[in-house]
Amino acid sequence: MMRSEPRALQLNEYGQLKHFLTLDGLDKTILTEILDRADSFLSMGEQSVKKVPLLRGKTVVNLFFENSTRTRTTFELAAKRLSADVINLNIETSATSKGESLLDTLKNLEAMQSDMFIVRHSDSGAAHFIAEHCTPNVAIINAGDGRHAHPTQAMLDMLTIRRHKGSFDGLKVAIVGDILHSRVARSQLQALTTLGVSDVRLVGPKTLVPSFFAEMGATICHDLEAGIKDVDVVVMLRLQKERMKGALLPSESEFYRLYGLTEETLAWAKPDAIVMHPGPINRGVEISSEVADGEHSVILDQVTNGIAVRMAVMSMAMSGQLQSDDTPVAKDEK
Amino acid sequence: MKLRIQNGRLIDPSQDIDAVTDLFVDNQKIVAIGDAPAGFEDAEVIDASGQWILPGLVDLAVSLREPGQTQKGSIATEGRAAVSGGVTTLVCPPDTRPIVDTPAVAALIQDKADDAGMANVFPLGALTQGLEGAQLSNMVALTDAGCIALSNHRHPMASTKVLSRALEYASTHDLLVVFHPDESSLSEGGCAHEGLMSTMHGLAGIPEEAETIALMRDLLLVEKTGVRAHFARLSCAKSVEMIADAKASGLDVTADVAVHNLLLNDQMLNRFDGHYHVLPPLRSDEDRLTLIEGIKAGVISAICSDHQPHEKMAKIAPFAATEPGMANVEILLPLAMLLMDEGDLDFSTVLTCLTSGPAACFGLEAGSLSVGSFADFIFYDSTARWTWSYEGRKTKGHNSPYFGNEFVGRVTSTYISGQRVYQAV
Repeated sequence: MMRSEPRALQLNEYGQLKHFLTLDGLDKTILTEILDRADSFLSMGEQSVKKVPLLRGKTVVNLFFENSTRTRTTFELAAKRLSADVINLNIETSATSKGESLLDTLKNLEAMQSDMFIVRHSDSGAAHFIAEHCTPNVAIINAGDGRHAHPTQAMLDMLTIRRHKGSFDGLKVAIVGDILHSRVARSQLQALTTLGVSDVRLVGPKTLVPSFFAEMGATICHDLEAGIKDVDVVVMLRLQKERMKGALLPSESEFYRLYGLTEETLAWAKPDAIVMHPGPINRGVEISSEVADGEHSVILDQVTNGIAVRMAVMSMAMSGQLQSDDTPVAKDEK
Repeated sequence: MKLRIQNGRLIDPSQDIDAVTDLFVDNQKIVAIGDAPAGFEDAEVIDASGQWILPGLVDLAVSLREPGQTQKGSIATEGRAAVSGGVTTLVCPPDTRPIVDTPAVAALIQDKADDAGMANVFPLGALTQGLEGAQLSNMVALTDAGCIALSNHRHPMASTKVLSRALEYASTHDLLVVFHPDESSLSEGGCAHEGLMSTMHGLAGIPEEAETIALMRDLLLVEKTGVRAHFARLSCAKSVEMIADAKASGLDVTADVAVHNLLLNDQMLNRFDGHYHVLPPLRSDEDRLTLIEGIKAGVISAICSDHQPHEKMAKIAPFAATEPGMANVEILLPLAMLLMDEGDLDFSTVLTCLTSGPAACFGLEAGSLSVGSFADFIFYDSTARWTWSYEGRKTKGHNSPYFGNEFVGRVTSTYISGQRVYQAV
């Protein structure tokens, strides 16, 4: 898979995470460390006291320029389970003053001496922009930027896959739907290829799956049967209704007929295939209720795993910030 | 005033001259090269030993931002930036505020340029009123008021019918039309070359077809109407081929390219740095190399800066939210020299594309040191090492990816009509 230049911006001088902006440029060791750490946090959710003190005394700001209740809530829960103080800010952006409002907001939040920003924004690269313009020692976690990246979503998907399949060796994974506009698909593709999955198929019509994705290491399939034949994992993406207006698709019904995941079409995959979806689901548009609620579905596991992955990433980034600052770190963070 | 410039290496590709010789100026014009003309006495003598004497540069795309956007630049500041880079003649686009669609605005720009006393400024007039693409502008009145040509800049036309009518009208009066080929329904919303890099980074793409489909349409209409045409800021390999074919078929068309489209490609998207947000976008390396080949083959005859100064905030935003454009007029020559340094183009070709080439595109009396020409020339120290700094810039613009770059070769002074308008300190 083609890589862009190493993301020096998100690693400290010791090669540890200090921001989490994209999976591009992160190696297998770091991704595996995230998964291992998330695994260790998973069991914590079942305990009566669901907190560890890794971010005690730290202030985490959920900075959402784009609405997302589910992602914001899981980040909030993750931060609270790490004992951080959490502030939620939903900031609407206007089309004409994104730059100004983003920088102005940033400066105000810096003045409040926050330690970590969880950023969601409609512009690709917004998290990079904030990391570059923010005062040092504030960790930036990308919670989805434009069409670019949604790295924690991808990592929670990887955790879900690993827990169900044991490892990534020899897996066949199909990602189906609106790849063009999906930050999730881009990050999943990067995560899967980094973790050693060599058979990743992107499935959809040419309007939603441009040929350039082939150069990123994926196989492109415009036919659902060929796309999910014998795969171990099927990832269905949410289809935005506005795509129909943009002349990318004729109708929801035609998309469902050609690319919808039903019990009949899922039968093309391996018998033990798992079905994933980043949510929220459009039942009857990209996936049938029978499949979404069926035995192959691991969609609710993804939500649970999301909290653990976000705890892992937040704790690693905060630790990386402290290391970078040469501030003595707590023993349990080393 | 009489001037004798002696001992300099005089290079003028328009006359195929490259020699250490003397240049004589009288009454704003060049009167001789080599030996002094008869009766040439009481001249001021300038010793140019160690310097190159080059024709003043002709830049076909310099946004001065005045009137209307003086927070970004002014005729005085950008004119000074231009002459510090050796640009003695520049063409400015019509997208000022108000737009150059009345003789009054054209006259205002020229008056202010005269007051500034920097580069010779030739505005483009709007092809349609308000650049709205619907109603034809008063084209003849605009050219009578000093507009060198007409253009709808990067603004879309309401329909191909309106474009066709505009070209017919311009052709009636033998007016030059400048095209920025762009099928807006394909480029709308895009901010980067549609390719692997924009796909990886989730940036909305501008396909090559946005340029080439429009270019094909424009060429067909040029052929039909017989209008004089110049195609500005080509960015795609296929565009070069299409212009070459048009020329071969007998169409009298010319074309230019922005210097950054010759030096940079879409790999620059890597860090989401808005300084690399330009229109047309930085395209693939294949496109870049084909544009260079187009220059070698004479298909493209001008290299311009496409200077677009912006205030600081215009680039402090995520990539797509930044305003497009670079402010590079004062480093046009050293940037173009990089093409030579890398072995892509020879010096004579580079200099031609910065002087007589662009002048010929627009029929300007500039870009040459021939006897009888206005004495627009520059002194150039080919060995000077210098760093272009943000603090030391002349432009009011804050937007260039080249701040901090070290260059070899520098304009040391600039003369317009025999008057020195810039001297490096």
